Amino acid sequence: MSTAKAEREPFFSAKTKKLLLGPLNKENPITVQILGICSALAITVKLEPAVVMSISVIAVTAMSNLIISTLRNTIPQRIRIIVQLVVIAALVILVDQVLKAYMYDVSKQLSVFVGLIITNCIIMGRLEAFAMANKPVDSFIDGIGNGLGYGLILIVVAFFRELLGSGTLYGFRVIPESFYEFGYVDNGLMILPPAALIVVGIIIWVQRSKNPDLQEDN
Amino acid sequence: MEHLINIFVKAIFVENMIFAYFLGMCSYLAVSKTVQTSVGLGVAVIFVLGITVPVNYLIDNFLLKQGALSWLGEGFANVDLSFLSFIMFIAVIASMVQLVEMVIEKFSPTLYTSLGIFLPLIAVNCAILGGSLFMQERDYETIAEATVFGLGSGIGWFLAIVAIAAIREKIRYSNVPKPLRGLGITFIITGLMGIAFMSFMGIKL
Repeated sequence: MSTAKAEREPFFSAKTKKLLLGPLNKENPITVQILGICSALAITVKLEPAVVMSISVIAVTAMSNLIISTLRNTIPQRIRIIVQLVVIAALVILVDQVLKAYMYDVSKQLSVFVGLIITNCIIMGRLEAFAMANKPVDSFIDGIGNGLGYGLILIVVAFFRELLGSGTLYGFRVIPESFYEFGYVDNGLMILPPAALIVVGIIIWVQRSKNPDLQEDN
Repeated sequence: MEHLINIFVKAIFVENMIFAYFLGMCSYLAVSKTVQTSVGLGVAVIFVLGITVPVNYLIDNFLLKQGALSWLGEGFANVDLSFLSFIMFIAVIASMVQLVEMVIEKFSPTLYTSLGIFLPLIAVNCAILGGSLFMQERDYETIAEATVFGLGSGIGWFLAIVAIAAIREKIRYSNVPKPLRGLGITFIITGLMGIAFMSFMGIKL
């Protein structure tokens, strides 16, 4: 009965919407689920690599969710981690080769972090928590949603770091030259790695003061 | 010898996995609530890094690199399999983690239960794969260099997680603004520690 009902469900039902938009705020992979912080922070000095990274992660999460969810009934429980890693690694190799072919400069900037998408906890985490127990279409949408939530934080962090640290956005100068003549100086701290952590800490602060139910006890 | 010590010290302090590259942050944030568990996880990471980096070094140099297969004969001298390195490295890491899991389960069941889900997750700890990928990118010349680099990065990770766990144990008694408690303040402390670690920059032995 439930399957017949599911088939008649319109594509943009409340459930789909929740799967797609939930990760942007209340179930955000980075600030709430604490997944995928590893590769997130090192590449947020400039907007361009952050955008490329987000698109790559969205593609890999969505596709691996779809593939694993399709195979979920045939994967033996014991070796599931290795199967998942092989699927992810194959997808990441594809992304890496595409980047090397079409966006060589960005691919050089990202260096080892493209490879590290494999060990990005978002992907493993969503496979374990969602794709192993849900239907392919839902998993695909969940993958896109979580990829978007990850990308959102990445882009916000990169926006502030590039604006305050180098005075540019996406490589274009935003803060006019005349400011520098009056003694404005770029904040060198924002280019250094620790600044990314502090910016994320502040994003978490803002988000949790708006959503008191996310707050922790200690 | 001096050269090796230089790589070792650099891997621990200057190029610390957590403070300079943010690798292995997931388990770093999630398991750092008490010093005891974080010591356990740290030791496991040192062990796995110390083994996987040299093993992957051998795989990279005798199987994957351009010209690495020349020991098979003239015809193989131009084969370049380096696009397969991700999948090979992760396979080595996954099997090593399985091994460590079995050893810990046998010798220390308490540690095994307290590490819980994070033991299998060492396989997807970015610090481990990151170690192998940095090893490949920096082109270390001998296996000794690769081993020293692996151990050094493991020890650096260990130091970082034990330090943050100790701070978090203390911070429980202080009055942090409510929305910042837990995750938020941990991020900011890590940032501040990162700034402190930057003072090691440029150290050479």
